[in-house]
Amino acid sequence: MLRIDCPYCGRRAQAEFAFERALDAVLPLDATPEAAVQTLYARTNPKGWTWELWRHTAGCGAWLRLHRHSVSHEIAAVHTVADT
Amino acid sequence: MTRYSTLGLLRAGLSNHRNWPRAWRDPTPKPRYDVIVIGGGGHGLATAYNLAKQHGVRSVAVLERGWIGGGNTGRNTTIVRSNYRQPQLQRLLEYSLKLWEGMTDELNYNVMFSQRGAVFLGHSDADITQLAQRGDALRAQGIDADLMSRAEIARLIPPLDMSPDARFPVFGGLIQRRGGTARHDAVAWGYARAADALGVDIIQNCEVVGFTMKGGRVAGVETTKGAIGADRIGICVAGHSGQVAALAGLKLPIESHLLQAFVSEPVKPMIDTVIMSQSIHCYISQSDKGEVVLGGDPDGYPTYSQRGVPMRLEDVASQAIALVPALSRLRMLRSWAGTTDMSFDGSPILGETPVDGLYLNGGWCYGGFKATPGSGKLFAHHLATGEAHEIAAPFSLDRFARGATIDETGSGPRAQDR
Amino acid sequence: MTRQRRPTGGLIDRTRPVGFTFDGVPYEGFAGDTLASALLANGVGLLGRSFKYHRPRGILAAGVEEPSALVGVGQGGRFEPNTRATDLFLYDGLQAHSQNRWPSLSLDVGAVLGAVARFLPAGFYYKAFLGKPDLWKIYEHFIRKAAGLGRPPVAPDPDSYDHRAAFCDVLVVGAGPAGLAAALAASASGARVILLEQDAVVGGGLLRDPARLDGATGDSWISAALATLTARGVRVLVRCTAVGYWDHDLVTAAERVTEPGQTPDHDGPAQRFWRIRAERVVLATGAIERPLPFEHNDRPGVMLAQAARTYVARFGVVPGSRAVIATSHDDAYRTAFALADTGVQVQAILDTRPASDRPIVTEAKARFQVMFGARVLRVAGGAAGLRRVTAQTGGQVLTFDGDLLAVSGGFSPVSHLHMQAGGGLVWNETTAAFQAGDARQNQSSAGSAAGLDGLSEVLCDGWAKGGAAARAVGFKRAPGPAPQVVEPWPGPGHGVSALEAPIGADPKRIFVDFQNDVTLADIDLAWREGYRSVEHVKRYTTLGMATDQGKTSNMIGLARLAANEGRPVPEVGLTTFRPPYTPVTLGLLAGHRKGFQVTPLRRQALYAAHQAASPIWQPSGYWMRPRAYPRAGEDLHAATLREARTVRSAVGWVDVSTLGKFEVVGPDAAVLLERVCATTVGKLSVGRGRYTFMLREDGMVMDDGTVWRIADDRYLLTSSTGGAERMAHHIDYVRHVLAPGLKAAVANVQEHWAGIAVAGPRARDLIARLAPDFDIPPHMSAARTVMAGVPVQVLAASYSGERAFEIYVQSPNVDPIWTAISAIGATLDGCPYGLEALEILRIEKGHVVVGGEIDGRTTPHDLGLQRMMNPARSFVGAAALQRPALQAPQGRQQLVGLESGEAIPEGAMLVTHAPGAAEGHVTAGGIRALEAGAVALGLLRDGHTRLGEDLVAWSPTRRLSARVKVVPPMFYDAEGVRYRD
Repeated sequence: MLRIDCPYCGRRAQAEFAFERALDAVLPLDATPEAAVQTLYARTNPKGWTWELWRHTAGCGAWLRLHRHSVSHEIAAVHTVADT
Repeated sequence: MTRYSTLGLLRAGLSNHRNWPRAWRDPTPKPRYDVIVIGGGGHGLATAYNLAKQHGVRSVAVLERGWIGGGNTGRNTTIVRSNYRQPQLQRLLEYSLKLWEGMTDELNYNVMFSQRGAVFLGHSDADITQLAQRGDALRAQGIDADLMSRAEIARLIPPLDMSPDARFPVFGGLIQRRGGTARHDAVAWGYARAADALGVDIIQNCEVVGFTMKGGRVAGVETTKGAIGADRIGICVAGHSGQVAALAGLKLPIESHLLQAFVSEPVKPMIDTVIMSQSIHCYISQSDKGEVVLGGDPDGYPTYSQRGVPMRLEDVASQAIALVPALSRLRMLRSWAGTTDMSFDGSPILGETPVDGLYLNGGWCYGGFKATPGSGKLFAHHLATGEAHEIAAPFSLDRFARGATIDETGSGPRAQDR
Repeated sequence: MTRQRRPTGGLIDRTRPVGFTFDGVPYEGFAGDTLASALLANGVGLLGRSFKYHRPRGILAAGVEEPSALVGVGQGGRFEPNTRATDLFLYDGLQAHSQNRWPSLSLDVGAVLGAVARFLPAGFYYKAFLGKPDLWKIYEHFIRKAAGLGRPPVAPDPDSYDHRAAFCDVLVVGAGPAGLAAALAASASGARVILLEQDAVVGGGLLRDPARLDGATGDSWISAALATLTARGVRVLVRCTAVGYWDHDLVTAAERVTEPGQTPDHDGPAQRFWRIRAERVVLATGAIERPLPFEHNDRPGVMLAQAARTYVARFGVVPGSRAVIATSHDDAYRTAFALADTGVQVQAILDTRPASDRPIVTEAKARFQVMFGARVLRVAGGAAGLRRVTAQTGGQVLTFDGDLLAVSGGFSPVSHLHMQAGGGLVWNETTAAFQAGDARQNQSSAGSAAGLDGLSEVLCDGWAKGGAAARAVGFKRAPGPAPQVVEPWPGPGHGVSALEAPIGADPKRIFVDFQNDVTLADIDLAWREGYRSVEHVKRYTTLGMATDQGKTSNMIGLARLAANEGRPVPEVGLTTFRPPYTPVTLGLLAGHRKGFQVTPLRRQALYAAHQAASPIWQPSGYWMRPRAYPRAGEDLHAATLREARTVRSAVGWVDVSTLGKFEVVGPDAAVLLERVCATTVGKLSVGRGRYTFMLREDGMVMDDGTVWRIADDRYLLTSSTGGAERMAHHIDYVRHVLAPGLKAAVANVQEHWAGIAVAGPRARDLIARLAPDFDIPPHMSAARTVMAGVPVQVLAASYSGERAFEIYVQSPNVDPIWTAISAIGATLDGCPYGLEALEILRIEKGHVVVGGEIDGRTTPHDLGLQRMMNPARSFVGAAALQRPALQAPQGRQQLVGLESGEAIPEGAMLVTHAPGAAEGHVTAGGIRALEAGAVALGLLRDGHTRLGEDLVAWSPTRRLSARVKVVPPMFYDAEGVRYRD
């Protein structure tokens, strides 16, 4: 079980968080139909380092960008979505 | 191939089993084959077997990165059934189920396909209506499905909690009597042995690290054992579909997640049927060895680690006890995790890719094992003829772009929602 | 009597005798005994039968690695099968039973399988019982009965289980010498330390072998160490086994508060499950002794050498009277001394190694017959015990009488947790063992778990690793010098590999996995047949898959495979260790989550008011909602019909509190809503509301509800009960991720506002009487007033098709309103109604619901909602909805109405003729409230173009069918006349 360092709440157990999607799968509201298909359905699904969107659902509710390794589960960075 | 039989086993016993031949050879890869199947799991091996058996394509190699059957073929809860909700999936899984019924005979290898019945329990009138709808849809396809009353369920599965004030009281259920379980490893081994006997080269410890292209189409693979040429190549590497497809420059509507399962210590028979539930996400069966096999929901985030979170096992344990209270004192003996190929509508992908000559069999989510024989036969048809079999046709990769998704659970494009 | 209790000695409490039974026979042991030691003390050496061949099984080990001595223990709901007698501490009234035998342990009919073992090699079932599944089912019936070990539990578990979380700087797993030293060093540096020990007492090997530490005896040093640790605030948990090492240094541990089958004190838990998050973990998990391969090495009377010594030293039990020691390691020499010191006749020490002049060997030679280069070939014995040991040395075959053969094939470091944590293993050629290599997480292995040998080395290593762990967390204080050890035979034990079978022995008779009856011949057969990967061997032979998980067996099997392959062991590899290290009960995993705690049940504010009316409840997600309020003599159907008719003809009221509700506030509130909703919102004037729906980003309808502009910059959005959580998440996603710049705040007010819908031709009257001065809003308008003294928000919305009002009020204040509505409503011939009547009413109006028509696969067009869509198309789902198959004129399942003179079964297939292919299905069906006949909604392929067609709603599973006509999905007041006053 991961331990995610929420910028607001500190280190908390994965049980408090929900994975939302890979960061490159966020579909902008103004996307074209073609872009929507690409974003939603053509995925890199990386085996290794990846940027993801998580939410501290059972905590502060913040949306977080995680830099996470999909094999070792190491987490190199946690930012809020607002903090780019 | 030395044929297996009970008599043969007895005879071999007299000679201390010294003369059993290898179940499959350990060949050196040839420079080229007509067809290469990447992935020596059940689906890949079944594909190779059917290429040789059904289509006479005997110049076939199966390339396996590790040991055959070592992926999700050996990491599931061995449940076989065809009682899905969407008609395309019903046809696909029923095609498969019929093949399961002849598999031991056809492969001359006992895969222990045991039709002990697969029951969905309903816990409210609304559940029962939904189960009836599923059953009606199945019956309309000619697939067996029967509603069972509360009393019938109580007789079928004695250790169920039948108290009316249970958190999930049992109102009845839907049974597929032809459903059941099989011995997962035996499926890989049986197909390997039969394919090998037909001349298929099964090459283990051979990882594909790249594709070679010629004139815009695929011409072969680069492997850890050298380059191998082929006219057509099929990818059957559920869990790593995206990784292998990326070698050909493809991005797939697939995300790799993780599903855990576990078995209890073995005990004498206590559960004779596969138990599933309309409201609770856990499934229970008992293996021939006596171990109670339990599984539930995926962990809910992308990973290739095959290491899960402990809470998921706790979820499954609590839900299983809610259904079968006596399980409380059984012990979890062994847990494992598989990397599931989560497609973005919950249904598999079978057929062409944008790269000429390269075909994909993947995206089975957490339900690939039961489809093994059908998947192999349909995929072989496509590889051999260049045309999709009509049952496989709806599962083409381009359905996502077209909007013709097959969403069994109606949960949309986030893998963790199904 | 060959086995007996010594008059003195051991760590048992001889003042506290404990009565127990085994197979119904009463015995007595002492507090501190395990079941195994107590049985040995009573002369019992036969405990069970093996899985496959029903071979007699005794006691091999003295701890969790035991493969053989398994019993069923406890009564009723506390019965636990497959319990290791070596890991079960005695308690008063313990009742244990042997397993897998019939009719009795000594006379077991199943043992005949041993006689035909030659026909049942590894994987025999793959080659036999071929044929159709029907035939297999017959064979399988018998195979299943023969398989399994213990009886299954049958009764519900009466006990409770606790889950606890803990955090520390340094977690030390194992409280043997290395673990104690690690905990002492880490805590001396100031770190917060937790120390886990699976045994009932700490000390590990110190409890077994005499030594002086810092001048004290082992016992007193342990006591002093414990006192020090306690004084420093170290949490020491005994009978607590670390079973899982998960990501990010989370260790789960199972604490046996009571022993298996034991009744807990008071209301305390039977067991406790710990989730421990540590900054650093020191794995001082020890090492497990390995048996030796020889013919019939599984016989009762063959015991691991350390175990034999443990029974003597710790339990004061002599496990035999004439012993042979067979070893490849100096450690077993200690067993010879320990046995001899209690009067056991040590017949010989058979050492696989060449002669040496180390002190321990020299001393042994002075006392016993020691033979070098000696291998045990076979033993003779059976259920009654061991009789004879045959060995060879230098071409010479020798035979020894004996009832105990103490064996040591060296040690395997316990690296399970290290590997679970992602750590690698390295092969130690000298000791022929895998030991912890690279660490993936913040872990280190210490002592014999790290492959070390010799008490002093082990202690120093533990001290160093504990200190290093504390330093790594930031505690810089030096812990001081490690304890000084004085022991009779210091230093490592010079073990060598003894994994290979002696030449000339029959591999069919040499057991590797004692529980699953896997022999060397089985491993050879697997290899011959091409099952050569270590995982194939495991799966084909079942090696290491028994309840002991191969703790004692794996290495001999691996070595055999490697020999067949002609490759070194490390190249052949190892199967992966996965949780749990030792099996844990499902009840412990579930913890408090049993009964109604499995899944939470949410109660709406009016729960008590409903309960007082004894409704029929209906589960709805996490909620229970009233389905109907039957009066005396009414069944569900009658009550539903009465309630629906009352709404159509007078007035009814229904609790709608569980609907999703969101307040959206701010200058950009309308813009945000237009991103979430597929309909226009911005044009809504203050005080007005309208129907809306939301799409998923793949273009499918996700949910629906109403949106109200309740102030200039303030909106209220309602959505379905079942989809409320998803909607909350979705709105938040849009707000924070897709449209972060918008000046709008969203509050999820689902439970803040309770809601009551009042509907019917007399609804307006009822409202007027509730709030006499209230300027009652027209349909789809909103207003605020006070009812029954409580401020309320009234939304004039209708789901039923009648003039209706949804009254929203702060949840704690809802009761007086419900009471007032009930009182006034009764004078208007009204009644409360439940979900079932609501369903009838909404079907008549053709309203779609989430989970019915909105099934996650339908588009706005499929549901006839496309005309309401916002032409600006800036909302979630708009883009993907443009995909060609979703816009195609044909091939979609589309919403239709269905009419019939007969009941239309919900869920039935829509077919042209029954039996036939399904073209759609009935999503919701019901009786009509006021008229005869039945109506339903359905999804039908190309339904919009098929109005007027006659179809059959066919339910083969219920043997029901009805002829239906396809009509528009609107059966009641299509013009909306009834909404007007």
